[in-house]
Amino acid sequence: MPPTGPGPTAEQPDAAEPRPTAEQLPAEADTGRRRFLTYLLAAPTLTIAARAGLDTVAPATARAAEAAPAAPAAAAPPAAPSQLLGLPGIPDIVDLGQALQVAGLPTAHLLVLEITTAGRAVLHLPRLEVGQGLTTTVAMMVAEELDARLSDVDVPLSDSRPDLLFNQLTGASNSVRTLYDPVRGAAAAARARLVTAAARRWSLPAETLRTADSAVTAPDGRRAGYGELAAEAATVVVPAVPATPKPPEQRRVIGRPTGRIDARDIVTGRAKYAGDLAVPGAVPTVVARPTTINGTLASLDASAARAMPGVLAVVTVPTGVAVLAETFDQALKARDALRTTWNPGPVAALSDPDIRGKLRAAHAPFLIPPLLTQYVDGEFDFAFVNHAPMEVLTAVADVRPNRAELWFAAQTPIVAQQTLAAELGLPQDAVTVHVVRGGGSFGRRLFYDAALEAARISRAAGRPVKLMWTRNDDMRHGRMRPASHHRVRATYGLGQVLSYEHRAATVMTDFGHGLGEALTAAGFQLSVAGLSLAQAFFLLSQSNPYNVGIPTQLLAEVPLKIPTGSWRSVYSGTVRVADEIMMDELARRLGQDPVAFRRARLREPAGRTVLDTVARAGSWGRAMPAGQAQGIGYHAENGGRAAYLVEIDATDPKQPRVTKAVIAADVGTVINPTGLEAQLTGALIDGISVILQAGNHIDRGAVREGSFGDFHYARQRHTPPVVEIHLLPPSGPPGGAGELGVPAASAAVANAYARATGTSPRSFPINF
Amino acid sequence: MPSHTFVLNGRPVTVEAPDDMPLLWVLRDKLGVTGPKYGCGVGVCRACTSHLDGEEIQPCTVAVKDCADRRVTTIEGLADGDTLHPVQEAWLDCDVAQCGFCQPGQIMTAVALLRRNPAPTDADIDQIQNICRCGSYPRIREAIKRAAAMTAPGS
Ligand code: FES
Ligand code: FES
Repeated sequence: MPPTGPGPTAEQPDAAEPRPTAEQLPAEADTGRRRFLTYLLAAPTLTIAARAGLDTVAPATARAAEAAPAAPAAAAPPAAPSQLLGLPGIPDIVDLGQALQVAGLPTAHLLVLEITTAGRAVLHLPRLEVGQGLTTTVAMMVAEELDARLSDVDVPLSDSRPDLLFNQLTGASNSVRTLYDPVRGAAAAARARLVTAAARRWSLPAETLRTADSAVTAPDGRRAGYGELAAEAATVVVPAVPATPKPPEQRRVIGRPTGRIDARDIVTGRAKYAGDLAVPGAVPTVVARPTTINGTLASLDASAARAMPGVLAVVTVPTGVAVLAETFDQALKARDALRTTWNPGPVAALSDPDIRGKLRAAHAPFLIPPLLTQYVDGEFDFAFVNHAPMEVLTAVADVRPNRAELWFAAQTPIVAQQTLAAELGLPQDAVTVHVVRGGGSFGRRLFYDAALEAARISRAAGRPVKLMWTRNDDMRHGRMRPASHHRVRATYGLGQVLSYEHRAATVMTDFGHGLGEALTAAGFQLSVAGLSLAQAFFLLSQSNPYNVGIPTQLLAEVPLKIPTGSWRSVYSGTVRVADEIMMDELARRLGQDPVAFRRARLREPAGRTVLDTVARAGSWGRAMPAGQAQGIGYHAENGGRAAYLVEIDATDPKQPRVTKAVIAADVGTVINPTGLEAQLTGALIDGISVILQAGNHIDRGAVREGSFGDFHYARQRHTPPVVEIHLLPPSGPPGGAGELGVPAASAAVANAYARATGTSPRSFPINF
Repeated sequence: MPSHTFVLNGRPVTVEAPDDMPLLWVLRDKLGVTGPKYGCGVGVCRACTSHLDGEEIQPCTVAVKDCADRRVTTIEGLADGDTLHPVQEAWLDCDVAQCGFCQPGQIMTAVALLRRNPAPTDADIDQIQNICRCGSYPRIREAIKRAAAMTAPGS
């Protein structure tokens, strides 16, 4: 089992100080600017810390810092509530993932790789695993550069480490992009020292030694495993062989399809999530919640509940009434026995039509009047969508008078630790956040709502608790992708698109999870620039990939007290979907084929390759029976690009079925094609769900749906029996891929449905 | 409190619990068997899926008293020691899991399906109700077919 305690740097703060022996390693073949800085840490066995060279993405920093303040100068007329003109092309210079890379640079050297005397290579990962396959990807990078067996690599998730400042945020598809250099640099540095230690032991020239399968071998056949060399290698200050990562052509692990390193634990039921942990004394706990969103407790009679078997305590917290019991069954039954009344929440007067009205009223007017040109307008509505990760929100909290310890799936553990410390009146270092693998997230675990609630309950009850939100709790009081309304106008003439304006209005997205601090660290002077955090995010992430005359994009946010949060692909999941539907409509107006129309306007050559690939592999344009059609969607973001071609059978428009999907993606260097394909497939299922059938209604301040019985996330019968994925040959450094597919898949499904039914769907999900 | 005796993953167990306590919480909170996952508690997500006398059940909706003297099998009891069940092997071969949370239930559902129907068609596989929020459905489909082929007579 991988060690679960804090990494060596946390135990030995002075060890984190780089020794004066920092190596500056030669540039890697595929990028002239890349440098690898690694440090040997003082430890009994070989321990390497790594950081990325500051110049890796420094040009982007400079341009980002210049770009952001430029926005307000071009801002649209001030209109309520807040507006932003998205300058075309800014995400081409720097996108959100790059911004987070930049934010992480000052601390990236604190990534730690340890070789134990038992021969394990342990990379302490300051990120969360939620199914995206990051632990496997990172283990592959270590195995590659260390020449270790993949099965000898452990990737435990680090506890929160405030020393990492902004570099412990899992999100915006930044992980692989941020970790690619430092992880490989650390492993290559460790390998060089292991080789040097073996050379000393055998009195042989180091360059005659070979490494493979977690061992060093000499020409005469002598062999020493990494475990037995680990202590000697810890004394090697200057390695005798280069500590440079391999050139791509020598790679044997990176790029090879590889199964998850934890797959066996998963299929045998051994993988542990927060609710499976046996933390001593932590008792099952559930919370009775208001009848409307953010309602408050008006009255409570807990006498019947307290008298029920197994009940240990009933305590009141700001979010509701917590019941602690010996089992979850007893806690749930006692919760049902509470006699409560609730004050209505702040949006108790609002239902979907009211919210839509507010969104429509928030738009700024179009800049370009349709005077002498032909134009096409489109208006789109997207419903709220719950994140609904399979594992409901769960947190174990043990709060004592002078310290607190928490276990949960945290995407932002540092911010969580800081907030918990402030809430509990404890010094920050008296609060420990253990990061536990999560059962899905899709953005939900950027927020630590359940951890904060669990800490309050533990403090009030004076005992450790294992808090579980029921599915119903998470559906009715959890966070959602905010509802949005989009107004798009494109003008055209002489076969060309002349201008393209997109006005997005969304219920305000809550970014209160440390992203702002990270962006500020990356050089975005939000306050100077006059941008809200959401606007900065919009600016960094929204880009129209086509030449469509003068494009402008504006975001208007309507603040409503409804719990929201980034949902996989954030704004692109709606903005870019509306754009792609408009691309189909423009093509129709101009009498052009949707693929050819896009192809002629795509700015990136790599995008055209991706589009051509799906068109060819998916036999674009093949004849389909009535009620069936193909649809196309394209998206580029975070250093990657993807096209989806789907076929749909909408003979019964109420029961459409996507029957086939062909996907092509170019995300630069692919570490693990198996993992990447899983992400692209998951995005396809998300697209099918949110476009055709899954969303949330608001009825008088309450969420209507309560479980997967009425929140219609796709089941097996809604998914295509045929899915074909084409990954383009590796080019350039890795891009982010966890979110890339959602907008393209969603758009392809919407466009296929429109073509199959001869309708123009404008409100999503379609069957809602 | 009533006591209940049943066979859990091949071994007899006796547990004190109210008659109507759902098997899921008996397993998770009283016996520390955490393979069956909670995803809804009302029988719709199927994350908890396990077997009762070899048949698929959702333990969140089965009272412990109804398990008396019967065989309960959870994901932990599927392998034979270190030898995985063919369905588990197929799951590894196809690298089905993403977050993994639904997978104990998916595997137990697939095992029960293959017992009833050793050569399921796409239409049969479409009948599976288990939610996978990560969207691993295409690989689940592929793994079921692979397991069917592995265990087919003559293979
Ligand atoms: S928890 Fe049993 S079916 Fe959902
Ligand atoms: S693998 Fe995450 S829910 Fe299925």
